Amino acid sequence: MSRRAPPGPLDYGRRLWLRFSLWATFLFLYAPILMLVAFSFNDSRRNIVWRGFTLKYYEKAWNNDSLIEAFTNSLTIALVSTVASVILGMMTAVLLWRFRFPGKAPYEGAMSLPIIIPEICMGVAMMAFFARIGWPANLPWPLNLGAITIAHISFSFPFVAMVVRARLARFNPELEEAARDLGASQWQSFRDVLLPYMRPGLVAGGLLAFTLSLDDFVITFFTSGPETVTFPVKVYSMIRFSVTPEVNAASTVLIAITLFLTTIALWLQNRAQSS
Amino acid sequence: MESWRRNPLTFWVFALPPSLWLAVFFLAPLALVWMMSFGEKVGLIDIVISWRPDNYLRAMDPLYLQIFLKSFWFAGLTTAVCLVMGFLVAVAITFAPPRRRPLLLLLVMLPFWTNLLIRTYALIAVFRTKGLVNFGLEQMWEWSQSVLQGVGLGDLGLLGPEFEPLQLLYNNFAVVAGLVYVHLPFMVLPLYAALDRMDRSFIEASLDLGAGHIRTFFSVVIPLAMPGIVSGIIITFVPALGSFLTPDLLGGTDSQMIANVIERQFKSANDWPFGAALSFILMYVTFIAIALRSLWAGRARRGSAA
Repeated sequence: MSRRAPPGPLDYGRRLWLRFSLWATFLFLYAPILMLVAFSFNDSRRNIVWRGFTLKYYEKAWNNDSLIEAFTNSLTIALVSTVASVILGMMTAVLLWRFRFPGKAPYEGAMSLPIIIPEICMGVAMMAFFARIGWPANLPWPLNLGAITIAHISFSFPFVAMVVRARLARFNPELEEAARDLGASQWQSFRDVLLPYMRPGLVAGGLLAFTLSLDDFVITFFTSGPETVTFPVKVYSMIRFSVTPEVNAASTVLIAITLFLTTIALWLQNRAQSS
Repeated sequence: MESWRRNPLTFWVFALPPSLWLAVFFLAPLALVWMMSFGEKVGLIDIVISWRPDNYLRAMDPLYLQIFLKSFWFAGLTTAVCLVMGFLVAVAITFAPPRRRPLLLLLVMLPFWTNLLIRTYALIAVFRTKGLVNFGLEQMWEWSQSVLQGVGLGDLGLLGPEFEPLQLLYNNFAVVAGLVYVHLPFMVLPLYAALDRMDRSFIEASLDLGAGHIRTFFSVVIPLAMPGIVSGIIITFVPALGSFLTPDLLGGTDSQMIANVIERQFKSANDWPFGAALSFILMYVTFIAIALRSLWAGRARRGSAA
């Protein structure tokens, strides 16, 4: 069919109004973010007119000690939370994939609760919990980040479990049986057969846990104190204070990190599916 | 799948750590808040659990009822706008050339992976008095003014003495626009999944049998896409209802949602028992919405099996 032919009855993809609404939606989704990124390089404080390229807001953000401290806190929390979430999530996934046990359905329901309950409810629950048990507030760094890290693990590991379980669903159990028949112990067959098979799922789940932790604002907002500020919480207080190009620069860095990590996760998932 | 009894040691090795973590660091905090919601504040910080439903009764006060209604209205409006926009986008992607579909889907998902706080902040720069929208409108105003000037009507002041920026921020409009902005990807994905699975020969048959595009859409496409529509509505409505950040940053004093009231009880107002009751009401609503969805899914499955 030549390009000039009128669209066929099912050729909705070539109808102008549909294309227009698609591009209008993309404009709506991307214009604000692209503008934020662009103006982090704009040599002007207030106006939305382009006044020339500059990196001075990045320099300012870099020299802002409390911002860098918040960023270090965020990375520390995200790292610890990722490691713990991957281990706990992997255990949950293997448990639910491998075993039949009484009360499995309610157990699965409870495991999905952290994913479905509103963030605000989990945030206030964590705040009340740590206040109630008298969680020590003035520990030395990095122990003072414990409360936030615990909260992040609680909402991250069910996500990891979900990703790993999706991977396990395609596992051929005969492989493990073969290993056992050939004399491998339980531990050996887990380490040498099941674990390597799960690896793409573990990596993808880990990257998901890392971005979830790095991005979380609401739950962290309720578990952080004056000494334990994370990057999103710091950005929030900067936004509340005023809208400055420095916030744009900090936000752009965070967007870049998340996009980078997500791209790797997607690429790994794609590779795992095609292999 | 094997019974846990065949291999109790392995079972407990895998079961204990995640179960303990969930029980101690998730279920216990929830239980604490649940108990707290039946308590009352004594003095500045002490809370006594009196097992009386006073906090829930207080939530029925017209003041809070109104905020609940407003939250439902915002979330409902957001879901409706997302449904319309999401349908257009999902149809456009479904009928795009197969080679381009993954890229288009990725473009829908990408903003979803950008930080919620940053996306909301980005909207402020678009909506504020000197933001992108008002800047564009001002340019248009000046251009029209100079055109009028050119045809000799400039002195009549047809467009007003000077450009009046639109107040787009810190009101209900900003909150709903922000909620749509944040939740649109939630809606597009299930709709796309449903439309992609759909057998196109149904549409062809409908068109061949003389139905127009609009009739085909309403009596063939929508019924077939119903599972996706229901999923999309629930997974858009539930998080929208519990939104905290969007009304907090974009809303004015009269566009607060439930989550903002909960936050205030736990922070500035310092009435934790009441905040606890409100947060459990929000949670029950969430559970009801999710139960409705699985009920619907179960009925649809039985219906198609019969």
